[in-house]
Amino acid sequence: MDAALAIPAWRANLATIAALMARAKNELLRVPGAAIPGVLAPTIFFLGLNGVFGALTQLRGFETGSYESYLVPVSMLQGAGFTGAAAGVNLARDIEQGWLDRLLVSPAPRWVLLAGTVLAASARALIPATFVFAMALPLGAAWPGIDGLLVAYLMVAAIAAVAACWGSMLALRFKSQSAAPLMQVGMMGLILLTTAYAPLALLQPWLADVAEINPATEVLEAARQGFVGGVTWAGTWPGLLALTGLLALFGALALREMRRTGV
Amino acid sequence: MNRLVTNLRVVRALGLRSIRQTFRRPQLMAPIIVFPTMLLAIQTGGAAGAVDLPGFPPVQSFLQFMLAGAMMQSLMLAGNSGGIALAVDIEMGFTDRLFAAPISRYTIVLGRLAGTGALGLLSALWFFAIGLVFGAEIEGGVPGALLAIFLVTMTAMAVGGIGAAIALRTGTASVVQGLFPLVLVVLFLSSAFFPVELMIEPARTIAEYNPFSFISEGVREPIIAGVDATDTAEALLAIAGIVGLGLLLSARALRHRLRVG
Repeated sequence: MDAALAIPAWRANLATIAALMARAKNELLRVPGAAIPGVLAPTIFFLGLNGVFGALTQLRGFETGSYESYLVPVSMLQGAGFTGAAAGVNLARDIEQGWLDRLLVSPAPRWVLLAGTVLAASARALIPATFVFAMALPLGAAWPGIDGLLVAYLMVAAIAAVAACWGSMLALRFKSQSAAPLMQVGMMGLILLTTAYAPLALLQPWLADVAEINPATEVLEAARQGFVGGVTWAGTWPGLLALTGLLALFGALALREMRRTGV
Repeated sequence: MNRLVTNLRVVRALGLRSIRQTFRRPQLMAPIIVFPTMLLAIQTGGAAGAVDLPGFPPVQSFLQFMLAGAMMQSLMLAGNSGGIALAVDIEMGFTDRLFAAPISRYTIVLGRLAGTGALGLLSALWFFAIGLVFGAEIEGGVPGALLAIFLVTMTAMAVGGIGAAIALRTGTASVVQGLFPLVLVVLFLSSAFFPVELMIEPARTIAEYNPFSFISEGVREPIIAGVDATDTAEALLAIAGIVGLGLLLSARALRHRLRVG
C-alpha cells in the first residue's frame, strides 16, 4: 500500500475502539431486553433496601435524615458494577462463539480490543444510573446539584470501566460464561464492603476495617457527597485517586490476560 | 403398592440427579450459598446498629436476627435454580424422554422438588453453622433449630413448585432465570431482613400481608426467642398456601406441556 494512503496507527486504533463501542450500542438497540437486568437489579436493591433499612437514619451519627439520598449513589454504582461485569459475560460469549478469535487475528493491538469493551461498558452504565437517579428523586432523594451529579456520573462511568476490566480478565481466563457469578459477586463485594449501608462509625468493627482499606469507599463517598451535603475538592480527590489505582490494577490484569490469549 | 414404590424410586433418582447437577456445576451453588452468605455478612456488618432502634425486638445480635433472612433468601434462590434446571432439561429434551417413560408425570416434578428441598436443607444447615461459628445463640435449642430447618426445607420445596410450574409452562431457562429479581422483590417486601414495624411505607403494609413474612417469622422465632405455636402455625399455613398454588400451577402447566408437546 502507498505509504501516503496508510492510515496512522492512532486513527486506526480510534476507529477500532469506536467500532467496538458501536457494536455494543447495536446490541443494546437490537436486544433492549438484555439491558433490563442491569437496570432492574440496582433499582430493586434501591427500593428494597430503602424500604427495609430506611429507619437506620434515626441512629445517632447518621449524616443525613434521608436514607434515599444516602443510598442512591450506592445503587448507581451497583448498576455500574452489574453493567461492567455484564461486559465480561458478553466477552466470554464472544470467546465461546469464536468472535474474539477473529478480532485477535486482526492487526488491532490487544489494548485497543480491551478499550473498546471497557469504554462501551462505561457509556452503558449511565443508563441504569440515570434510571435509579430518576426514580430516587420523587421518592425523596436530595438533588445533588450539577457538580454533585457530574461527580457521581464520573464515578459511575469509571467503576463500570473497573468492573469491565475485572469481568474481561475473568472471561479471558475461564473462557466461559459460567464465570458470570464470579464477575457479579466480585463487583458486589467491592461496592458493598464499604459505607454502603451506614457511615463508618456505625459499621461493625470488621466491616469498618475492610471499608477503610477498600478503595471503593472513597469512590462511593465522592459520589455521595452531593446527595448528603456539598461537593468539595477534599471529598473528590480521594475518589479520583482510588479510581486511578483501581483502573491501573484491573486494567493491567485484564491486558495481561488479553496478551496471553492466543488464537 | 408396587406403583407407589416405583414412583418413590423415580423421585429419589431424579432428586439425587438434581443435587449432583448442582454440586457438579459450582456456578449453580453461587446463588444459593455464596450470594446470601455475602449479603448476610454485609448487612450484618453494615446495619448492626439497627438493634438499637426503638421497637426492634430483643435479640442477642443483628446476626441472630438476620439468620432467618439469609435462609429465606437462599431457599428462594434454590427454588428458582430448581426451576431453571427443569427448564434446561425441557430445552435439552431430557424431560420429553421422561414423559415417554412409564412413570407418573408428577414424579418428574416431585423428583426436582426433592432435590430443591435437599438444597434448602443444606442451606439451613450452612447458615446455622455460620451463625454458631460467629456467636449467634439459638434460643429454641435443638428442637427450635430442627423446627427452623424443617420450615426452611418445606418452603424450598414450595417455592420450587412455583419455579417448576413456570419452567413447565414456558420451557425456557432464560424466562425462569428472569424471575431472579422478583425473588429479591418478594424478600424485600417481607419481614425477612427487618421487623415489619420498622419498615417504611408502602413496604411495611405489603410485608404485613406477604406470606413470606409469616414464614420468616416462623423460622426466626425459634432462633431469637424460642418455639412459638402461633408463629409456627402461621408459617405452616403460609407454606401450605404456597404449596397449593405451586400444585395448581404445576398441574395446569403439565397439562399444557403434554398438549403442546
